Amino acid sequence: MDWLPLEYIGITVLWTFLYGYLIIASIDFGAGFFSYYSMLTKKDSIVGKVINRYLSPVWEVTNVFLVFFFVGMIGFFPDTAYYYGTALLLPASVALVLLTIRGSFYAFAQYGARQSRIYMFLYGITGLFIPASLATVLTISEGGYIAIIEGEVTFLVKTFFLSPYSWSVVWLALISILFISASFLTYYAHRAQDEPALSILRNYALVWSLPTILASFLVFVALENHNPIHFANMMSLWWMFILSLLFFIVAVILIWKKRYLGWAFLCVMLQFAFAFYGYGASHLPYLLYPYITIDSGFTNGAMGWALVIAFLAGLILLVPSLLLLLRLFIFDANYVRGETK
Amino acid sequence: MDSTMLSRILTGETLAFHIIWATIGVGLPLLISLAEGWGIYKRDPHYILLAKRWTRGFVITVAVGVVTGTCIGMMLSLLWPSFMQLVGNAISLPLFMETFAFFFEAIFLGIYLYTWDRFKPIVHWLTSIPIVIGSTMSAVFITTVNAFMNTPAGFTLKDRELTNIDPIAAMLNPATPTKVAHVVSSSYLTGAFLLAAISAFLILRGRTHVYYKKAIKFTMVTGLILSLATIVAGDLSAKFLAQYQPEKLAAAEWHFETAKEAPLILGGTLDEETQEIRGAIEIPYALSFLATGKLDGTVEGLNETPAELRPPLFVHYYFDGMVMIGMYLFFISALFIILWVWKRGNEWNRWLLRGILLGGPLSFIAVELGWMYAERGRQPWMVTGLLKVSESATTANNVGLLLLVFTLLYIALATIAIAVLLRLFRKNPAEPELAQIDHMTDHN
Repeated sequence: MDWLPLEYIGITVLWTFLYGYLIIASIDFGAGFFSYYSMLTKKDSIVGKVINRYLSPVWEVTNVFLVFFFVGMIGFFPDTAYYYGTALLLPASVALVLLTIRGSFYAFAQYGARQSRIYMFLYGITGLFIPASLATVLTISEGGYIAIIEGEVTFLVKTFFLSPYSWSVVWLALISILFISASFLTYYAHRAQDEPALSILRNYALVWSLPTILASFLVFVALENHNPIHFANMMSLWWMFILSLLFFIVAVILIWKKRYLGWAFLCVMLQFAFAFYGYGASHLPYLLYPYITIDSGFTNGAMGWALVIAFLAGLILLVPSLLLLLRLFIFDANYVRGETK
Repeated sequence: MDSTMLSRILTGETLAFHIIWATIGVGLPLLISLAEGWGIYKRDPHYILLAKRWTRGFVITVAVGVVTGTCIGMMLSLLWPSFMQLVGNAISLPLFMETFAFFFEAIFLGIYLYTWDRFKPIVHWLTSIPIVIGSTMSAVFITTVNAFMNTPAGFTLKDRELTNIDPIAAMLNPATPTKVAHVVSSSYLTGAFLLAAISAFLILRGRTHVYYKKAIKFTMVTGLILSLATIVAGDLSAKFLAQYQPEKLAAAEWHFETAKEAPLILGGTLDEETQEIRGAIEIPYALSFLATGKLDGTVEGLNETPAELRPPLFVHYYFDGMVMIGMYLFFISALFIILWVWKRGNEWNRWLLRGILLGGPLSFIAVELGWMYAERGRQPWMVTGLLKVSESATTANNVGLLLLVFTLLYIALATIAIAVLLRLFRKNPAEPELAQIDHMTDHN
């Protein structure tokens, strides 16, 4: 079955799940930050309700997207477990600790912790640090931060921390989540017909729009210095990044004019989709530059097939269930407005 | 300590912490769904209230289960990179499917929690079924991975690489059927005893409403059935071990010389040099019967295994503890039901209630002991016959620091989760909700 590039199906599936995680986790992480910020500025009674109604039923699903990505990654490309596993011990553990604090927060929050300032602080701060620590995986994949010393994989911590590229990625991650989150919550507040919340959240979205695009440019520039080959590949996919920019402009205009906020959020999703898939496609064939390529790291063929079949079977189960969840909690106007429990 | 030892401690600690919540996560959905279904069928709002209140607590335990599950999932690659690289080719299917099952459960848990008042009762009950299926299936899939580590199958080994991989054969390896049966039945059983213990505690503290008695009757009936199922699954597991991993069973039973008519050893102490056992209770023929189903069956002794490949001998105590607790759970639920059915018996005897209360923590101890036996009984192998633990740990040198950080994290999580659970149920006792229900039924 050489004609079917299973490894490309695999990486596309995984990349799509990572994209899904990027969007829904951003909404969640940003919401944590905005909750805390609005508590500090005494506006929490206005925006808190909107944020809570959205987050409660979906928190567990968010986590699954991430688990899915890393389990799938190891499944399709077992070599990545060896290199990334060894190199990422520290950064991934930081992310794990933060995810643990945050994940448990939702459950505890349902029973009163939401009034606790310490907890709100942790909730807000983990929302910013998790994306930063997860972004290190993408940074490391560019190569230059891992060396094989005496036959053992070693993470070059110092190089990593002094690298302009790694910092530009962290900035982009932080600013993007705030922008994505604010533009979604603007839409959600609009659905809830909650004018005061809408106006605050719309401000957040507009405030974070410009830095988002600046940070994106910064990453481009830093990457050109760090990995010229990858940068050249990205330039050959220039149209994807131009489309991304166009969707960004449309989104900001719509939010500015307070019109078609659903479409505005869709534009934000497309903005990030084009940038994210453009970045991913130009990264290939490397999964970890220069040690693992998509061919060298691919799992056994029989397992590759089994995974793809399992994935399709899983989708048949998941897609209708997810649609049901969305219909019940996101697209149900009565629920959003808080008229049903 | 070297990275291998520290990695073993961190993995062991994470798993030991995770399985408490994971067991609840598998066991409770079944009990909740049964209670709600029974309440709808019998038109008895007390059972529906039971399901409702159990669910409130369940949410908190699920959260801790999810986050610690994420930890152990990532730690497999972080702490044991060579292991994942080698066997990733063979076991990724069940790992992948476990995530699907978990996904399915997560979606419907959100729906179940927030639609008590939005759906008709029967429709709401139907949304509990995917939760039961999802939580059970994730236990099934992840157990097949562990089973693979005990009896790897479905591949050929060629120059330290796995080839000719058959994903389904790897998943359905020899250890899978007995392991899955034992894990699932004992998780359900633990769920039943956890809930029974809570109700017994409340009755002992003076709550008198019939609601609590219904809860105990309900959990004791399910508990009796499940403890029988667990004992049967455990017996099959022992027979499996005798055939496929004789050294594991022999270590648990301090059975050194291959022999017929082998006795079962309970308790005691061992002089490892002379292989002499002191102060143990010996049950003649019982080991032969347990291992082979025949009183005169031959049981392979530990001396057949080279000394450096033998598991540690203290697993004997884990095994004994697990088996005795299993028997106790069967005994106490059977006793309750006999006294209940027997017209002149008093099933609300305070000592019996204390016995049921004790069954809650004991069942968790049994789960821990059983897993410790299963894991340490496989030493020194990571994957039996294929990869040793000492060859698979990370080469990174920050494991000591992480051990400290995660230990503190688990302590904090446990403390907060328990505090939140206690506050939740203390602030909202069942009585006001019961009064409302009883008031409504009086008027009908």
